[in-house]
Amino acid sequence: MAKIFVLILSAFLIVQKVEIVPLAQLQNRVVQNNDTLYVVNFWATWCKPCVEEIPYFEEVQRQFERQKVKVMLVSLNSLKELNSVQKFVTQKNIQSETLILQAGNPNIWLNQIDSTWSGAIPATVFYKNGKKVFFTEGELNDYQLDSLISLHKFNRL
Amino acid sequence: MKKIIILSVVFIALISFKHQGYHVGEIADDFKLKNVDGNMVSMADFKEAKGFVVIFTCNHCPFSKKYEDRIIALDKKYKNKGFPVIAVNPNDAVTYPDDNFENMQKRAKEKKFSFPYLHDETQSVARTWGPTRTPEVFVVQKEGNDFILKYTGAIDDNSDDAKAVKERYVENALDALLAGKPIENTFTKTVGCGIKWKK
Repeated sequence: MAKIFVLILSAFLIVQKVEIVPLAQLQNRVVQNNDTLYVVNFWATWCKPCVEEIPYFEEVQRQFERQKVKVMLVSLNSLKELNSVQKFVTQKNIQSETLILQAGNPNIWLNQIDSTWSGAIPATVFYKNGKKVFFTEGELNDYQLDSLISLHKFNRL
Repeated sequence: MKKIIILSVVFIALISFKHQGYHVGEIADDFKLKNVDGNMVSMADFKEAKGFVVIFTCNHCPFSKKYEDRIIALDKKYKNKGFPVIAVNPNDAVTYPDDNFENMQKRAKEKKFSFPYLHDETQSVARTWGPTRTPEVFVVQKEGNDFILKYTGAIDDNSDDAKAVKERYVENALDALLAGKPIENTFTKTVGCGIKWKK
């Protein structure tokens, strides 16, 4: 019983530590030969539509955690803004893994994510079995995100 | 069945995000938009201009703010050479009151904008030209009565730090045009705030 309490308590106390991650390292993390669906969302604290859709991604992380779906919130805030991103994650109690991308010239790295990406955020990309399986630029609502996860993770419509 | 319908809606919605608007080499339509001084402005008004640096930007976006001084510097450097800046704010002011006309006037005054800052209230210019984020640049050159798109994309390669810039894409494009040489990069990408379309 006490154990359960500790578990419940710790669920509220665990604060994600935001780290700065270079692009190559992010790619190594998500391009893997396994059937985990990596759901990578590009956002920033100053981007209102991004912040509005984060709860949907949090819900995906919560709902499908045991079914090998991994959400990663990749912030495009300036590296100097690490503190404000950490503050955002702590205050909103964000449970999905959150990191700040270190990537250099966007004219080069945006294409390495997807050639159709103009650079507007939010943008979302899925990886599975070592391949990119989905990309979109723009907001997703909860229905859209849900349908896309069903399709790409469970091959269900 | 319901899921299939939802999914179709999803895909139609996603397809509509794809880049539309002008590509390099195409003729860009002129516009007539209200400037912060209350006057209507068109490219055709600038009889002496060889072309324009049309920049879709706004008040609220942090990237636009980071580039304000660099946009002022571009105008200063290239207006006399025949390529003045025209800034256009395409954002929906209903959801982003920071970007409404009064706040545009305020910002233009505070920063002493040396160029027109136009309000694309109906978003028709942005819909036609096709920017996806702010700031986004379209360099056009006058050929007869036409305005031909020569460059589209980022101002430079470092939004964060003006001092650390290595590639000045817009300046390189303008210098090439002025020298009558081909532009090396006619299309570049950068991170920016998505255009806030009316719902």
